[in-house]
Amino acid sequence: MAGSLNTPNSPRPRRGTGAVLLEFLGSMNLAITLLVAISVAAIIGTVLQQAQPYPDYVRKFGPFWFEVFERLGLYDVYGAAWFLVLLGLLLVSTAVCVYRNAPTMLRDMRQFRLDVQEKSLRGFHQRAEWDAAGETAQVAGRAGAALAAQGYRVRVKDHGDRIVVAGMRGSWNRLGYLLTHVAIVVICVGGLIDGNLPLKVAERLGRLQVETRDIPASQVPPESTLPADSAAFRGSVRIPEGGQADFVFLNVRDGFLLQKLPFRVELIDFRIDHYPSGQPKSFESDLVIHDPELDEPLKRTIAVNHPLIHKGYAIYQASFSDGGSRLKLRAHALDAPDIAPLELEGAVYQNLKVVTPRGPLTMELIDFKAYNVFPADTEDGREKFTNYGPSVVFKLRNEAGEAIEYLNYMAPVSLDGRLYFMSGMRATPGEPYRYLYIPLDSQASLDRFLALRASVLDEARVRRTVAAQADGLMPAGSDGAARANLIDSIVHLVGLFGRGGMGAVMDQVEQAVPEAERQQAVESYIMVLQSVIGSLYVDQLREEGVLGEQGVGEADAKFFEDALEAFAALGSYGSPLLVQMTDFQHVEASGLQITRAPGKDIVYLGCVMLMAGVFFMFYLHHRRVWLSVAAVGQGARVLFAGTGNRDRAEFASEFEGLQRVLSKATGAAGNMTQQEAK
Amino acid sequence: MSATTEIVQEKLAKAAWWKRLSGVDWAWGALVIAGALYTYARYGALMDSFEVIILVGTVPVVLALGWMWKAMRPYTVVVTLLSLASIGLYGADLARGDSNFFLKYLLSSQSAIMWMSALFVMATAAYWLSLFMRSEFTGRVATALTWCASAMGFIGMMVRWRESYLISPDVGHIPVSNLYEVFILFAVITGLMYLYYEGRYRSRAMGAFALTVISASVAFLLWYTFERQAHEIQPLVPALQSYWMKIHVPTNFVGYGGFALAAMLGIAYLIVDRLKPGSAWAARLPTLGQLDDVMYKAIALGFAFFTVATVLGAMWAAEAWGGYWSWDPKETWALIVWLNYAAWLHMRLTKGWRGRPMAWWAIIGLFVTSFAFLGVNMFLSGLHSYGTL
Ligand code: HEM
Repeated sequence: MAGSLNTPNSPRPRRGTGAVLLEFLGSMNLAITLLVAISVAAIIGTVLQQAQPYPDYVRKFGPFWFEVFERLGLYDVYGAAWFLVLLGLLLVSTAVCVYRNAPTMLRDMRQFRLDVQEKSLRGFHQRAEWDAAGETAQVAGRAGAALAAQGYRVRVKDHGDRIVVAGMRGSWNRLGYLLTHVAIVVICVGGLIDGNLPLKVAERLGRLQVETRDIPASQVPPESTLPADSAAFRGSVRIPEGGQADFVFLNVRDGFLLQKLPFRVELIDFRIDHYPSGQPKSFESDLVIHDPELDEPLKRTIAVNHPLIHKGYAIYQASFSDGGSRLKLRAHALDAPDIAPLELEGAVYQNLKVVTPRGPLTMELIDFKAYNVFPADTEDGREKFTNYGPSVVFKLRNEAGEAIEYLNYMAPVSLDGRLYFMSGMRATPGEPYRYLYIPLDSQASLDRFLALRASVLDEARVRRTVAAQADGLMPAGSDGAARANLIDSIVHLVGLFGRGGMGAVMDQVEQAVPEAERQQAVESYIMVLQSVIGSLYVDQLREEGVLGEQGVGEADAKFFEDALEAFAALGSYGSPLLVQMTDFQHVEASGLQITRAPGKDIVYLGCVMLMAGVFFMFYLHHRRVWLSVAAVGQGARVLFAGTGNRDRAEFASEFEGLQRVLSKATGAAGNMTQQEAK
Repeated sequence: MSATTEIVQEKLAKAAWWKRLSGVDWAWGALVIAGALYTYARYGALMDSFEVIILVGTVPVVLALGWMWKAMRPYTVVVTLLSLASIGLYGADLARGDSNFFLKYLLSSQSAIMWMSALFVMATAAYWLSLFMRSEFTGRVATALTWCASAMGFIGMMVRWRESYLISPDVGHIPVSNLYEVFILFAVITGLMYLYYEGRYRSRAMGAFALTVISASVAFLLWYTFERQAHEIQPLVPALQSYWMKIHVPTNFVGYGGFALAAMLGIAYLIVDRLKPGSAWAARLPTLGQLDDVMYKAIALGFAFFTVATVLGAMWAAEAWGGYWSWDPKETWALIVWLNYAAWLHMRLTKGWRGRPMAWWAIIGLFVTSFAFLGVNMFLSGLHSYGTL
């Protein structure tokens, strides 16, 4: 059937697959499709947060969709093979487009089309004719000069029967096209050089394996390590003050690779400066580069926006964290508040073992912060910042492996003029902290609170107090058994409240009291608790010697309210320990980003071409005009026509102006016709 | 026989452009250069090389602006004089903003910005009124109001810049660092761009549409001021303490301004397109041809500047984040906006699409742009951590 293609019915010459492919690749339809497709793909990557820990994704999407999304590479869209293919296609499409158009464009820039026929000039939108005085050569010369004075490049050709004067302007518009589109290719190539394609290939070939275990750099196996001569990479490393590193980590999906550096980076000091208002003003790291090729170590301070470039490696201040601050902690046993507290010492990222009445616990020190600056709304609605001082974050893990996270502030927090010890707790990482506020005494210490708690937990003492109060509570004539019963149940209630907080009391109510009477029962329980613990408190105040003539002072009364609230909340605090930070030695760590991007200069070259090209294309309009000067009797007849490749209205008015100038220059002898075909 | 004689007369052409300049043009040139020289003589010792480059670069830009667009001259002079007056009135004491009459009611940055807001809203009303009443006079008032509003906005920014230094030298910074400040920039730039096309096409009929989007941004600005106290000058976070910000952000807003203007003209296009040709309303509104044309020009201008802004952004990112491209949401959305308008331009230029579909596309483009500008800050997290609502 091959012959049928050449029948007269198919006038198109037969084309090879290559030509068809080239036409497809260079087609505008493909180009537009690609532009839109890349946009849509890029949107996915911004809506779905990239490069998060994989367990977070599982939690968010469930195991099924997690798997689907992972297969599609949606957790790293911009590194996914299909996305790179799209970009590659855009590169090819643009390259083909340039390849196909460039010759025409270049010709268009140079050729003046001096052989243009009068017939075709008469077909132009913009044209005019007039009679000029003088010989054709003279007229053409004057016209050429006038045109040149208007900024046109001019060529003249004598055809014998007529002279053609051709002018051209703004031919850089065509150059603009070339620059813009070549720039796209150049930028893509530069980006490719700096991209992670080589890593992907090495991984596919099995020469590299992404490390997913949480292990220190020294234990990373060779198949997950990249040598120091990698051409391009972008990694990060955390160095504590006084520490050094000669590697960075490259994050890959749910794991990492270790990239070696040809030098060591030492962190001497990391600093945060603050504005007077408390917001951070600068992050700086004092670095020393130890490089065998340097005569002596290179000392530099880097800051955000001020990286250090060493041998094509750029070192950036990216983040900061704790570098293993040494902490002193005092743990009060909440179940036995009268025994001496436990003094602990450790560093952030260390685990401490603690034995408590509720079994052994592991205390994992997670983070330390020397400053905690938060916006605080003041009365006039303005944002002010308050520094809450140093804080420690730790987890208490029991033998079953369950952990609760705590955030404790070292300094007392002042609320409405009263001081509190503040501790936040949460059972799962993502959720917000719930805060426990424990009132502090006039020495800003926990002593008074702990003493009161000791009394509450001291059953014998509670019983004595309840017994002393019981007479007043009993109706007259009650017998001894009822009295003992009442005392027992109140002692039980106080014990329940002391150990389990309000939660335990509510549980008890729910079990023992019918629903209709619960509200009333709770209210009376609270009254009883207030009264019993209140009298324990008054005893304590008397012992402290602060009970005045008029009874309990206002501040002491407030303290009691706060203490009761703290007792109520302690039941769900989850910790047998109240941990106070007593001292710290701050060690910071600086998070450095170290990159090598040899394609950067290529990309920048492309960017310059792109910027220039776009402006050329938009603001230089390619315009051509012709004058065909033919002898008519004594004088000459001038046919003037022109075309512009952009703005028609603008060119029309320019043409009009040119026509005026040219007709004057050629000494128009009237008989002017101007046409603008509609 | 035909003989070819090619003559190249480019030498003659050389003298052309400067011969066309008038005496006023020369005076403008002299004024701009004198201003720059004076600035350098007075402050040169304090400037670093970057600042000198900016000063030198400003001269041709201001010169060319004044030559190509005559109305820019009185505008520049008024903005300069009033800004200097305000700075002079302040002296070294920020508290004068409350005690000095002129500062308090006119020239402190906050007052100037409030004036700008009021004037833009009045101008919008005047443009609409002139459309409905077919009143030439109201139209002229609208134009004057728009000029005044753009001037007050620009003055407000200049004075705010100074005020930030009066708070404390280490707090001082160019006022393009948060959403509040860039909204002022947006209003001023869009206003000026519209005024340019108004002068160019000698037609006020587009004003009602263009000013509506400016009024919308003013409404946001006012809400932001009164609800969130966003007008307070805040010190810069370390990531923003860079020279790149000074050029990256304003360039970006020329882009946003162009795209916003194009979208409003797209709306106008769709309205005019529904009218009966030759009806009374069609006569009052701009012609379809003109709308199509200005829409293209606004997008072209926006695209060109957006290209530059994105490149500058990449260069800044290379310095601040350690890579010229990180696929950060803001970056990525800038790319999406850019690709979108690239596709628009190709459709128009190579496929010859015109009219209604392009108008719709320009309107949709504004939604994409707004998301890149606002939505990303509100809904997505990334390295561009500033400017959250
Ligand atoms: C990201 C990729 C691209 C960008 C940013 C881009 C940008 C541009 C711009 C800004 C214009 C000028 C439009 C105007 O003046 O109104 C243009 C024109 C053009 N582009 Fe692209 N382009 C890209 C890809 C392509 C591809 C892949 C092709 C090939 C199919 C192509 C073919 C053309 C053509 C033929 C013109 C018209 C040139 C003329 O006649 O002046 N472009 N491009």
